[in-house]
Amino acid sequence: MPNLKLIAMRLKSVTNIQKITQSMKMVSAAKFAKAERDLKAARPLGIAAQQFYKSADIQSDKEQPKEIFVALTSDRGLAGAVHSNINKNIRAQLEAKIAAGGPSAIDNCKIICVGDKSRAFFSRFFPKQILMVGNEIGRLPPTFNDASKVANAILSSGYDYDTGKLLFNYYKSVVSNETTELPIYSQELVLSSENVSVYDSLDADVVQSYMEYSLASLIYYCMKEGATSEQSSRMSAMDNSSKNAGEMIDKLTITFNRTRQAVITGELIEIISGAAAL
Amino acid sequence: MAFRTAASFARRMMSTSTVRSSEMSFTFGGPNAIFYSGASVKQVDVPSFSGAFGILPNHVPTLAVLKPGVVTVYEEDGSTKKFFVSSGSVSINEDASVQILAEEAHKVEDIDAAAARDLVAKAQAKVAATSDEVAKAEAMIELEVGEALVAASA
Repeated sequence: MPNLKLIAMRLKSVTNIQKITQSMKMVSAAKFAKAERDLKAARPLGIAAQQFYKSADIQSDKEQPKEIFVALTSDRGLAGAVHSNINKNIRAQLEAKIAAGGPSAIDNCKIICVGDKSRAFFSRFFPKQILMVGNEIGRLPPTFNDASKVANAILSSGYDYDTGKLLFNYYKSVVSNETTELPIYSQELVLSSENVSVYDSLDADVVQSYMEYSLASLIYYCMKEGATSEQSSRMSAMDNSSKNAGEMIDKLTITFNRTRQAVITGELIEIISGAAAL
Repeated sequence: MAFRTAASFARRMMSTSTVRSSEMSFTFGGPNAIFYSGASVKQVDVPSFSGAFGILPNHVPTLAVLKPGVVTVYEEDGSTKKFFVSSGSVSINEDASVQILAEEAHKVEDIDAAAARDLVAKAQAKVAATSDEVAKAEAMIELEVGEALVAASA
C-alpha cells in the first residue's frame, strides 16, 4: 500500500504545477493578444516587402548555390511544437541534400540560429553548419530594431550566400500555425536577373540600400508572425498541461482518500482485535 | 489584343507589353502603422536620395530609397495627406503596384514642432562634439531627420 505521505507530497507538487501552468497560460494569453494586434499591422508590410521579389521572380542557375537558412525561433520553451517544427524542417531539407549528393552536399549550406532553441538543436545535429547565433529573443515583443540587427549580422557575416531561406511559423489561427519559408537573395543574383532589368534607372547603390532595408522588413515580418504563433502555441500547451494536471489531481485525491480510509480501517481492526483479545 | 468595352472593364487598357489599370495599388506604412494597403490613389510624391519624384499610375517599374522627408498622397477624391517618413524604400512593380515601406511613418499633424527643433539643436551639438567617424555619421543622420521634421511641421 503506497505511503500516505508519498501520495500527499505528489498531490502537493502536481497542484503547484497546475498553478504554474495556469498562470503561464494567462501571461501567454495577454502577450498573444498584443502580438496579434501587432501582427495585423505588420502583415501588409510583410506582403508589400515580398512584392518586389515575387514580381522579379529571381532564379539561381548555379549548380550548388551557397545557401543560408535563418531559423527564427526564440529562447523560451514550453511553447508546444513551434521551435521543433522549424528545426525539423531545416534538418529534413539538409538530410534530403545529403541523401541526394552525399555528405559534402551541405558544405555550401549554413544556418543562422536566431534563438537558443534552434542553437541547441543544431549544435547537436549540424554543428559545422552553424554560422551565427542570436539570443535574448522572446522576452520582449520583436521590434524593427531587432530585425535590423539580425539583417545587419547576416549581411556582414562575411559569408557570400547566393540564396537563402527565412524559416518561421506563419500564424493561421489560435490553434494552428504553419512552418513557412521566405526566400532571400544576394545582391549579385538580383542584379543579374533578367526580370529586374525592367526596373528603370537602378544603380548598385539603390539596389543595395533597397535590399538591406527589405531584408530587415522581411525579418521583422517573420519575427512578428513567429512571436504570435509562439504565444498562441504556448497558451494551448499550458492549457493542456493544466487540464492534465487537473486530471492527475483528481486521480491522486481519490487514491489518497482510499489510502487514508484503508489506514484508518487498519487501525480500527488492530484496536478491536486487541480489545477482543483481552 | 482585344479592346474590352464591357462596362466593368471600361477602365482597363491593354498595352503592348503588360496589363495595366489606370489605378495603382498603393501600400504605404511602417512597422508602427499602416496607412494605405492596396488602396487606389491618384498620385504620390516621395522624397528619395535620387531626388524627389511623383508617382502616377502606370509609372515605370523602379526602386528608390527614401530620404527623411514628407510623403504627399493625393487621393482619388482630391484631398491630400502628408506623412513624415524617416527612411525606407519605394518599389514600383510591373503590375503598377507601389509599395512604400518606411522605417517610421507618421502624419505631419502628429509632429511636435518644439520637440523637433530640440532634436535639431541636440544633433548639431553632437555633430560638433564627436570626432569618431561612425558616431559622426550617426549624428549627421539624426540632424537630417531633425531638420526634415522641422520642415515638415512648419
